[in-house]
Amino acid sequence: MKPLMAVLTALALLSGALAKEAVPLAEDPAVEQRMVKITEELRCLVCQNESLAGSQADLAKDLREEVRGLIRAGKSDEEVKEFLVSRYGDFVLYRPQVKPVTYLLWGGPFLLLILGIIALVRYLRRRNRQLPDTPLSAEERARIEALLKDHRP
Amino acid sequence: MIPELGLFALLLSLFAALALGILPLIGAQRNIPAWMAFARPATSAVFLLIAVSYACLTWAFYSNDFSVLYVAAHSNTRLPLMYRLSAVWGGHEGSLLLWVFMLAGWSLAVARFSRQLPQAMVARVLGVLGLVMAGMLAFVVFTSNPFDRVLPPPAEGRSLNPLLQDPGLVYHPPMLYMGYVGFSVAFAFAISALIAGQLDAAWARWSRPWTTAAWIFLTLGIALGSWWAYNELGWGGWWFWDPVENASFMPWLVGAALIHSLAVTEKRGSFKNWTVLLAIAAFSLSLLGTFLVRSGVLTSVHAFASDPRRGIFILMLLAIVVGSSLMLFAARAPKVSLGGAFALVSRETLLLINNVLLVVAAASVLLGTLYPLVIDALGLGKISVGPPYFNAVFVPIMLPILVLVAIGPMARWKHDEPKAIIGKLWPAAVIAVLAGIALPWAAGGWNGAVALGLALVGWMVAALVLQAADRFKKPGAATPSWWGMQVAHFGLAVFVVGVTLVLNYQEERDVRMEPGDTVNVGNHQFKFLGVRASEGPNYQAWVGSFELYRHGRLLRTLHPEKRNYGMGTMPMTEAAIDVGLTRDLYVSLGEPLTADKENGAWAVRVYFKPFVDWIWGGALLMALGGFIAISDRRYRLSVKRAAALAGARA
Amino acid sequence: MNKFVWPLIIFVALVGLLAVGLNLNPREVPSPLIGKPAPAFDLPQLANPEARFTPKEMQGRVWLLNVWASWCVSCREEHPVLIEYAQKGALPPLVGLNYKDKREDGLRWLKRYGDPYLVTAFDADGRVGIDYGVYGVPETYLIDKAGVIRFKQIGPITPEALEKKILPLIKELEK
Repeated sequence: MKPLMAVLTALALLSGALAKEAVPLAEDPAVEQRMVKITEELRCLVCQNESLAGSQADLAKDLREEVRGLIRAGKSDEEVKEFLVSRYGDFVLYRPQVKPVTYLLWGGPFLLLILGIIALVRYLRRRNRQLPDTPLSAEERARIEALLKDHRP
Repeated sequence: MIPELGLFALLLSLFAALALGILPLIGAQRNIPAWMAFARPATSAVFLLIAVSYACLTWAFYSNDFSVLYVAAHSNTRLPLMYRLSAVWGGHEGSLLLWVFMLAGWSLAVARFSRQLPQAMVARVLGVLGLVMAGMLAFVVFTSNPFDRVLPPPAEGRSLNPLLQDPGLVYHPPMLYMGYVGFSVAFAFAISALIAGQLDAAWARWSRPWTTAAWIFLTLGIALGSWWAYNELGWGGWWFWDPVENASFMPWLVGAALIHSLAVTEKRGSFKNWTVLLAIAAFSLSLLGTFLVRSGVLTSVHAFASDPRRGIFILMLLAIVVGSSLMLFAARAPKVSLGGAFALVSRETLLLINNVLLVVAAASVLLGTLYPLVIDALGLGKISVGPPYFNAVFVPIMLPILVLVAIGPMARWKHDEPKAIIGKLWPAAVIAVLAGIALPWAAGGWNGAVALGLALVGWMVAALVLQAADRFKKPGAATPSWWGMQVAHFGLAVFVVGVTLVLNYQEERDVRMEPGDTVNVGNHQFKFLGVRASEGPNYQAWVGSFELYRHGRLLRTLHPEKRNYGMGTMPMTEAAIDVGLTRDLYVSLGEPLTADKENGAWAVRVYFKPFVDWIWGGALLMALGGFIAISDRRYRLSVKRAAALAGARA
Repeated sequence: MNKFVWPLIIFVALVGLLAVGLNLNPREVPSPLIGKPAPAFDLPQLANPEARFTPKEMQGRVWLLNVWASWCVSCREEHPVLIEYAQKGALPPLVGLNYKDKREDGLRWLKRYGDPYLVTAFDADGRVGIDYGVYGVPETYLIDKAGVIRFKQIGPITPEALEKKILPLIKELEK
């Protein structure tokens, strides 16, 4: 028994020694992190409802590899995006660029808020002019008391 | 036979709905009691007929009747029974039948629970609902018949998309539809009031529980969808600002505005026109959502197979329903009285500001969702508007709302003093600042966004406590209606905690693991034990085993899977999640990296998601709050009391 | 004007927009390369790995670059159309770009379905495809004498597309 136990213990220890902290899947975690950050804001052109970061489509994998290459070559985030936009158009950007065509898009919500507040203020002013507060007469007051007494739950 | 019976019942229901739509409305207009009385039984008839039709379709799925084209396209014999039955709404035709079935259900509920309403009103409300049902039934019958046969019938049906074979599929669409469709009741009440020329506080009181009920279902439906995506899609996301998600979120926002607006109209008789417009808008957005999903106008992961003919029909339906409502509104609104006066500083004003914010938020979502279409239609190119835009635009609009949530309930109706409000709320402000400064450290490190989020949460929760203290001073003042509000607002705070903490402190590791390897994430450790082959009812699987440790102590073993459903589908990832009150630990299998799947290396992704369940917990609380609010006794008023009160208010 | 009419007006505009939208295809990605010089490349030929092909060789001529692959189902739909029109002599020089394929598979495919191409370049890793903005095979580019891309056909070339758009444009460019 003893030799067997020794062998088994040795094997157990050995396998424990072989087990280790898992290595990151990416070759270069820093590059990978930047790649994911950039591609999270890009649309996959094949599975058009997924980001380039998450899509499992072949083209998405190719483009992610392309982006890694560009990052390693020292390109900035802007340059990487420009690379893809010049080939696939603005459609690939999930964050629309701010240019004349999208002024209304980016400015719209703020504009709507301002309009809403203006409309609100004008409405309140007009209302208070149209509805002067009239105090109750004694008779009306008595009537209300009676009704409330009647209908108290 | 059964499918034919189903189609026949559907056709009959179309005629019944038309009758329901036409006769009671004329009866109410011309004061013909018999025609008005026709509304309730007609509603029951429509419901029964649609129920029969739906049952026939369900039977076709249950019995694997592949001679029905729709069944063959969405189900097969190996599909587990639960998914066979829920596949009924897995495609366009069946989901529309579900839609109209639920509309019939809501109509029946209105018919049943409206004893205290005047007959003319009931006739009009049911009539309007009948017209909408007729429109949808016509759509189903003429363009989307679920009972179409295919001959010769295939021996086996196509499989249901594996993504949809999940318990979430069973509950998410019905809940969502209950919500969407439920707003039709508020809509019908609004239209009826406009037709009758009678917009008053009583109308608001009647509409409110129905609106809240619909909103509750929508809240649950959206939360379920989000939770399902988190569980099923394997990368821990829970909201994507996808066009169809937006299509359900917009009615939710407008519905929330509507609930608050109805409260004011009910109590003070103010905002009537605005409330009516919101009621029309909420249901219009529901219909718009239905259009967007089925017309092929936008790309979306949710989109059903599109057919231009269907798109045109739905657009026409949308145009007719909403267009005529808005025409009616334009005609009648100028004649509506303004209701009670209120000062610049008052609860009314605060609620009005809240409404403006919610509507601007909904409008912004609509803008972002439709903008690519606008640009394309104008020939100006093709752009995408995705999460970065919506997050950038939506969050700033929500922040003031979170601030207002605390102030509104504290303010008095009609007139209040800023000093008085500040006097009541300053402790909450102090707590907010403290929370913003101190709590982020406890959560995992200081950061501006977290500080802001937690400060707002501190503000809201402290205000809730202060309000409660204030309320309990008066015996009997804490009604279910008040409790509902508190719980719902608290739910909102819980939701904000979840979102703030998970977005800022979540951790992800993408690693290569061999059996025996460990990976650390968020103070926990995963140990990979290996993978073994397994089989499910309609799939083959590779099942991984991971031990979860914290501080060296084994918590449990998790089993993520990689499933292959065959029939040419992509492999599916089933993540394994250890759910906890303050965090989720999430592990999913990627690809095998060596030929030896059982003992070789795999790509593994692990997540630490702090407080992520507070997101859906908060939503549940919001729904609960709504439910408590509806249970308030005062919604069950007799006709006499309602009439007396209405008379006294003149 | 009655201010309560505004919601109706806005709604009518919305319906108009949606009606137009029904005729558009939201999934189609138009190419930003139209009007720009065709990206340069230097690839081995499919049939003869020793020989190369670059777009420069086609300078001075109007030509078509057709991206295809043996694994692409739609390409099989399009191929007979190309062969028919090429045989009629209705097409300008047709150059193939075999995209992300295996050489043997590509050659076998051409042998089986016919080879209307002047030459086929072999883009094994798809990098040239990326440069051209290829996202779904088949795609075809019409390039003019100066080497500028004038038109991109997304999806299979149909007789209709040829007659209505491509051939008339070719006639223009040949002048």
